[in-house]
Amino acid sequence: MKRTLPLAICLVIGVSMVIQFFIPHPVSLRYNSTILTWVIILTAFALILAIGNVFVHHGNRIIKQQPGWFYSAVTIVSMVIVAIIGLFWGIGGQSLFQKIYLNILSPLAATMFALLAYYMASAAYRAFKARSIESFMLLAAAFIVMIGFMPFGQYIHPRLPEFAEWIMQVPNMASKRGIQIGIAFGAIATALKIILGIERSWLGGKD
Amino acid sequence: MYLVCLSLITIAPVTDVQAADKPNDAGSNIDITWILSPDDAFIEYYSVLRRSSQDTVEQYIGRTKYGICTFEDNTAQDNTVYTYVVATVSGSEIARSKPSNPCRSYPQVFHSGRINVLICILIFSALVLYFVRRARHDKNLFIRKIAGLAAVEDAIGRATEMGKPILYVPGLWDIDSTATIASMNILGEIAKKIARYDTPLIVTNRWSVTYTISKEIVKEAFISQGHPDKFKNDYIRYLTEDQFGFAAAVNGIMIREKPAANFFIGYFWAESLILAETGAMTGAIQIAGTDAVNQLPFFVTACDYTLLGEELYAASAYLSREPLLLGALKAQDFGKVLALAMLVAITILAFFGLHLSSVMTVR
Repeated sequence: MKRTLPLAICLVIGVSMVIQFFIPHPVSLRYNSTILTWVIILTAFALILAIGNVFVHHGNRIIKQQPGWFYSAVTIVSMVIVAIIGLFWGIGGQSLFQKIYLNILSPLAATMFALLAYYMASAAYRAFKARSIESFMLLAAAFIVMIGFMPFGQYIHPRLPEFAEWIMQVPNMASKRGIQIGIAFGAIATALKIILGIERSWLGGKD
Repeated sequence: MYLVCLSLITIAPVTDVQAADKPNDAGSNIDITWILSPDDAFIEYYSVLRRSSQDTVEQYIGRTKYGICTFEDNTAQDNTVYTYVVATVSGSEIARSKPSNPCRSYPQVFHSGRINVLICILIFSALVLYFVRRARHDKNLFIRKIAGLAAVEDAIGRATEMGKPILYVPGLWDIDSTATIASMNILGEIAKKIARYDTPLIVTNRWSVTYTISKEIVKEAFISQGHPDKFKNDYIRYLTEDQFGFAAAVNGIMIREKPAANFFIGYFWAESLILAETGAMTGAIQIAGTDAVNQLPFFVTACDYTLLGEELYAASAYLSREPLLLGALKAQDFGKVLALAMLVAITILAFFGLHLSSVMTVR
């Protein structure tokens, strides 16, 4: 029963959602929106559990004075303060909540994003070592594309930008599409396996 | 002189006004088409008027610019019969068309524009069921070696020997993404292997629903291996929904707790390289898998093994070696052969002037 019920729910909801895709009738659309509303309700309940996990995990670190417990304290205090501000003073355009979001959280996120440039440089250094024929081809293609897209690329050879564009639009696009076709089949097969109960890893196994 | 001539012209009305129910919709929509007025270049706009059997006068429902000969009435009541008149307007001059054919809107029960999708789903489902059925009898289905998955055992063994945790990141999409669902299946298989050893596991989650599901999956995996006592609630962590906040938190875990093996399996965006490079700097063995095509080069560069696209969806079958799941993989391969054959056939036909690419369009 512990396995049968989830499998039955999965089958019924999965098949009904596939059928819904082909029916534009208002009844079908209402069914779809009802399911989406249920998802929001489920998410709300899951969020309570998730926030509980944050409190328990970081609370334990603080109580046990584990290394770095101070950061856990900062996490919990920040979360509680921002939640209180949002709940009691609102989240409107001019609210303190928005000011915190725009002046603290956004710059921090932008800082993380900016780090990507340095990570790209270090990754490129590692990737562009011509250790084999494949890595040499990668290096050569990347070099041509980079030079071709730079303004001075056309001074090296007038057709270099065109060639760089061809690399991007033909061999690169062809391999991307090949991968995407495989992904599409993989995704459909995974969905079918789960709906039909063939794939049961999400229930902890076969039995 | 030219302006004077213009003012003397009597504008001609539009002709052949046709009304038809909008196909493949939920009702309330009627498409109106007409042939432009011969004086289209001189007019200001076309007014669309509607009249039902209950109306005594025509109702104005909207207008279009000159040069446009279609209008969609979104305010129709289903099963009410309407006729439409298009008025050509130029300054104070108005030229009315003849009324359109009577028309009513109604909702459809089948989206005929998606029949190609239905056929593909039916063919592919039949393939999956056929190969799954075959796999029940033929237990020795061949599956090529996938280096990234063959290394999973080594990665877990290495972490166990070093006494360090294993980090698992199930991507940044919520559970409604197929990549996340595939990642959850892989997590179940990896958790089963981990349960046999005494190795700590850290699963970091961006979404509350993935947090609850991954917790249940890991707990069930430990129970299925007969080690429910080894499972700790602290193995599964909810971090934050913020994309770069999540990346920062995972980086912090990698730097502070120094996992010996990192799994990045699921859908990723720009943070992929931030995570993979930080993991590479800590010296962990890294296995990534994603169907985000644009992130694949970053993972290939910074990780030891990468599951490319569809390999992500094959991973659960590969790790569990369950014949039924392996049978579904065969169906995937046959599906690709069929898709390739169709692409080749449509391309060849296009050379002969027969363009069938619209057959593949999903509406």
